[in-house]
Amino acid sequence: MKAGFKKNVVAAVEIEGLVKRYRSRPAVDGLDLSVARGECFGLLGPNGAGKTTTLRLLLGLTQPSAGTIRVLGLPIPEQARFARRRIGVVPQADNLDPDFTVEENLEVYARYFGLMPAAVGDRIRSLLEFAELSDRLRSPIRELSGGTKRRLTLVRALIQDPDLVILDEPTTGLDPHARQHLWNRLEELRAAGRTLILSTHYMEEAERLCDRVAIMDRGQIRAEDTPRALVDRFLPRHVLEIRETIKDRTLLDQNRCQVEVVGALTLIYSNEREYLTSLVDRLGITRYLERPSNLEDCFLYLTGRGLRE
Amino acid sequence: MNGLWRRLPSRGFSAVWMRNFLVWRKLWIPSLIANFGEPLLYLLAFGYGFGQFVKTMDHLPYLVFLATGIVCSSAMNAASFEALYSAYTRMEMQKTWEAILSAPLEPADVVLGEVSWAATKGLINALAILIVGFVLQLWSGAMVLWALPVIFLVGFAFGAMAMIMTILARSYDFFVYYMILLLTPLLLVSGVFFPLNALPLPVVRVARLLPLTHAIELIRPLLTGRIPHDVFANVAVLVVYGLAGYGIATTLAYRRLQR
Repeated sequence: MKAGFKKNVVAAVEIEGLVKRYRSRPAVDGLDLSVARGECFGLLGPNGAGKTTTLRLLLGLTQPSAGTIRVLGLPIPEQARFARRRIGVVPQADNLDPDFTVEENLEVYARYFGLMPAAVGDRIRSLLEFAELSDRLRSPIRELSGGTKRRLTLVRALIQDPDLVILDEPTTGLDPHARQHLWNRLEELRAAGRTLILSTHYMEEAERLCDRVAIMDRGQIRAEDTPRALVDRFLPRHVLEIRETIKDRTLLDQNRCQVEVVGALTLIYSNEREYLTSLVDRLGITRYLERPSNLEDCFLYLTGRGLRE
Repeated sequence: MNGLWRRLPSRGFSAVWMRNFLVWRKLWIPSLIANFGEPLLYLLAFGYGFGQFVKTMDHLPYLVFLATGIVCSSAMNAASFEALYSAYTRMEMQKTWEAILSAPLEPADVVLGEVSWAATKGLINALAILIVGFVLQLWSGAMVLWALPVIFLVGFAFGAMAMIMTILARSYDFFVYYMILLLTPLLLVSGVFFPLNALPLPVVRVARLLPLTHAIELIRPLLTGRIPHDVFANVAVLVVYGLAGYGIATTLAYRRLQR
């Protein structure tokens, strides 16, 4: 069967039994994953969980030790060169070309896709407008702020009009304004039907952008679902976050709540909000926060064993 | 073999060459002055100074003899420097290669783009010396233009060998050894400053295997109106160095870049 046949039906990404070992240590250890077209998929996990390695494997930038990968219907790494024609990449660390201006960066990058400057002039202008960078056309890279560089990197990833955009921790190190700005751009891309795969360790980012997330730890996927369903599956709806030591633990009714300790923090989960409120008085605590449980709690619950043990 | 076939370069290598050319075009005047100043000083100091005492060498006026050698050595140095320091900066410091590799280009394309650019830098620098020689009326004969493709080939061979070092390197310190332990001795035994046959026979035997010797055996006659007497062997040695260097550098590049 020819590649490209059933072009619009095939999943954006299909991974089965993927393993990547460095020496003997596995960075990715038996991964199964499927991402549909038009979906925004988040890969969450602590540092060293294997997120970046997984993304590099998807792009054919490193050879798998075992397993199969198909991206946009093409087998990887065999056809990686052709798959990358249709993939935009925003790497973890900026690698814009410091020898060029904003415009030259985009022109030179387009050449790597076989697109000549004359053919991409209009596209560069409209993408810079999209990223609100139109006034920076002739700026040298060293004059751009961190947030501006990230936006330019996103523009660069879109230069060849990709079907799939892969972003490795796109907002790490950005200030809140720059982060909001980038999120808005990514939401627009999602609304336009482009498939996005992003890795992150910001749960807020995942909750806001992703249709579906997978929580990854030690090279494996611990759980995967929509952000809301994931929280509901593993944790009760409400949480009491306590930032002091609890003197009398016997006051906690194991049938009505679930207790997690993360470092100096104690988290008490329950589906009964009134019960949690009543605990505040009974435990005599002053430094606490009562709130709905969220993806971050779920993340800590699924990946935090090492901290608790 | 399927794996090996995938490692052949694509036309996309020219985009890598073009990227480097566009950067060079922004800074070509200071770059040329820096690269071309040193060989020019050697040429003038030794050619005129030393040439007062040594009138001719190998039946050529010493200035002409030396100038033809310096055309080769400046191509060698410029290509090596570009493929060592500049390419390493693009690979490690600027992460330019990383950006290129997330486009539909492969390590084979990056290495070919870089080596052919290093060869171009060698040609540009040698061309500057050729122009000086032309002004001083050092060259003669109708075969001067044939020197240009040969110089490119010399640059390619040295660029490819230097690229092996670059891809193995963990820091810039590595390159000093390559320059001092390999290129400098090469410069002294390959016939740049005096004819090969002035050296002891064992040294000559080794020198016959080295690329710069063959570069000079081609370029010196071409610039002075004679026909090189073993064109085929000379070209073959340079091609072998170029292809072997490219092949080894590419293999190592896949290992380093696709970890």
